Amino acid sequence: MTLADLNLVRPELILAIGALLMLLVGAFRGKGGPVFDGLSMLVLLIAGAAAVTGEHGRAFAGGVVVDNLSTFAKVAIYAASAIAIPLGGVWLRKRGDDKFEFPVLILLAALGMGMMASAGDLISLYVGIELHSLALYVLAAFRRDDAKSSEAGLKYFVLGALSSGLLLYGASLIYGFAGSTHFDVIAASIQGGQAHTGVLFGLVFLICGLAFKVSAAPFHMWTPDVYEGAPTPVVGFFAGAPKIAAMVLLARVLSEGFGAAIGQWQQVIVIVALLSVFVGAFAGLAQRNLKRLWAYSSIANIGYALLGLAAGGEAGVQAMLLFLVLYLVDVTGFFACLSALQRNGKPMETIQDMAGLFKSQPGIALAMTAFALSALGLPPFSGFFAKFFVFKAALDAGLVWPAVLGLLGSVVAAVYYLRLLKVMWFDSPTGEVEAPPVSAKTVAIVAALFSFPVALFALGWLEQMALAAAAAFG
Amino acid sequence: MIGLTNYLTVAAILFTIGVFGIFVNRKNVIIILMSIELILLAVNINLVAFSVFLHDVVGQIFAMFVLTVAAAEAAVGLAILVTFFRNRGDIAVDDASVMKG
Repeated sequence: MTLADLNLVRPELILAIGALLMLLVGAFRGKGGPVFDGLSMLVLLIAGAAAVTGEHGRAFAGGVVVDNLSTFAKVAIYAASAIAIPLGGVWLRKRGDDKFEFPVLILLAALGMGMMASAGDLISLYVGIELHSLALYVLAAFRRDDAKSSEAGLKYFVLGALSSGLLLYGASLIYGFAGSTHFDVIAASIQGGQAHTGVLFGLVFLICGLAFKVSAAPFHMWTPDVYEGAPTPVVGFFAGAPKIAAMVLLARVLSEGFGAAIGQWQQVIVIVALLSVFVGAFAGLAQRNLKRLWAYSSIANIGYALLGLAAGGEAGVQAMLLFLVLYLVDVTGFFACLSALQRNGKPMETIQDMAGLFKSQPGIALAMTAFALSALGLPPFSGFFAKFFVFKAALDAGLVWPAVLGLLGSVVAAVYYLRLLKVMWFDSPTGEVEAPPVSAKTVAIVAALFSFPVALFALGWLEQMALAAAAAFG
Repeated sequence: MIGLTNYLTVAAILFTIGVFGIFVNRKNVIIILMSIELILLAVNINLVAFSVFLHDVVGQIFAMFVLTVAAAEAAVGLAILVTFFRNRGDIAVDDASVMKG
């Protein structure tokens, strides 16, 4: 370990030290508050700036990789984490839960996700995943007096720990049969596009474990329950940043470690992607609770991201990154809206609760309309371009049938998005909606404006950034 | 002579018992925590066996990381279990079903 190594992991150091300092300050003060939230956001901002301005390279004997891809992912992850802090803080304080642990846990989760994005070997992969998972389990169970929240935390913990076990077992097999934990040495052990059976076996376990983390079918069963039970702003955080981190990690493992064996994993990823799209589309039809509905929507959307990844190569990874970032904005905005809405002191969580929202809260209703249409993939919203890039990459890679089936899935999913819009715009309201908090409303409106029209102008720039990031795999 | 295959077989058996323990068990969340520990134990046996076989110390370092993280994971899991017990007065798996669908 030299100073050059430490210089490369500056963002991680800032986050780790920042989180520990915040924990110390919080322990002495005994409570959180807007200033405490602001300081935590500042830590994330500084870490983001350090990530953007930092040098590229490999630290700790290749264990940590800092390149365009990791920087791209880290900026998105830190931004999503920074937004989650005030959203969650305001929401929790409104319910009399003023705890300083909330921003600290978000900081630790962001640290773990950043490590996932720059993992260069199996050990840093595992440590990054566990660091973010342990923080997320606690966040899901954060309202400890609420039966649903603690049940969500317990379910998330049990299935998350199982997935970590699968992933680790895979990692141990890959280590044993490839002879190293480093992705580049693993890649060198694959000769002529044929990996050793033990390595392949390990890879399948590794993919299963990561599929759990991104809630891809058939490993999605925890998602609806956890989304329903966990605090609403926390769900918004769950649905965005951790998915980016895990998908970038998956892309790095598959392209850097197993790029030569693409023929052997491409089929698996395509099947998982299509299953996710269809489970998300069909199971979502039966849902009445919006958080559950959006859980299925996120399963379907991860399917599209995986389809981009399955296309392989630079174009595939670029499409995946663009898709994830555009989806991140939509989902953050949607949950900001959902966390802001209350009627007679009760959160509005079912589709019927949204009846007549346009008449009482036109701003929020318009924003939610934008997010639903964007998630549906309707032009000119950003979601259309996200899906467009994914399907283009899939078609260019010769995955014609998967692309066609994916399109069909999104047509089915259109039903539930449109039903939400119908209830929101045309049904008569069942009571007065309380005024939403300023922070949530601001996030919602900014995200909606990004979804349309800002995304149209930012797209060219984002595309270049994603391409530069994907070029890391060459 | 006990070879690599023997260690891998023991690990595979432990791993299978652990996974089955999570899915078959319908009574108690504590048993699930024990099953998770079994899975991690299987992984550690694999790692150490490979490490000796490959004459490479990285596997043992990896095993130390796994041990450390497993301890942290158990602590977090038990803490969540305690809040669950406070709300429910019970830790049976079948009761963890306020949400279904």
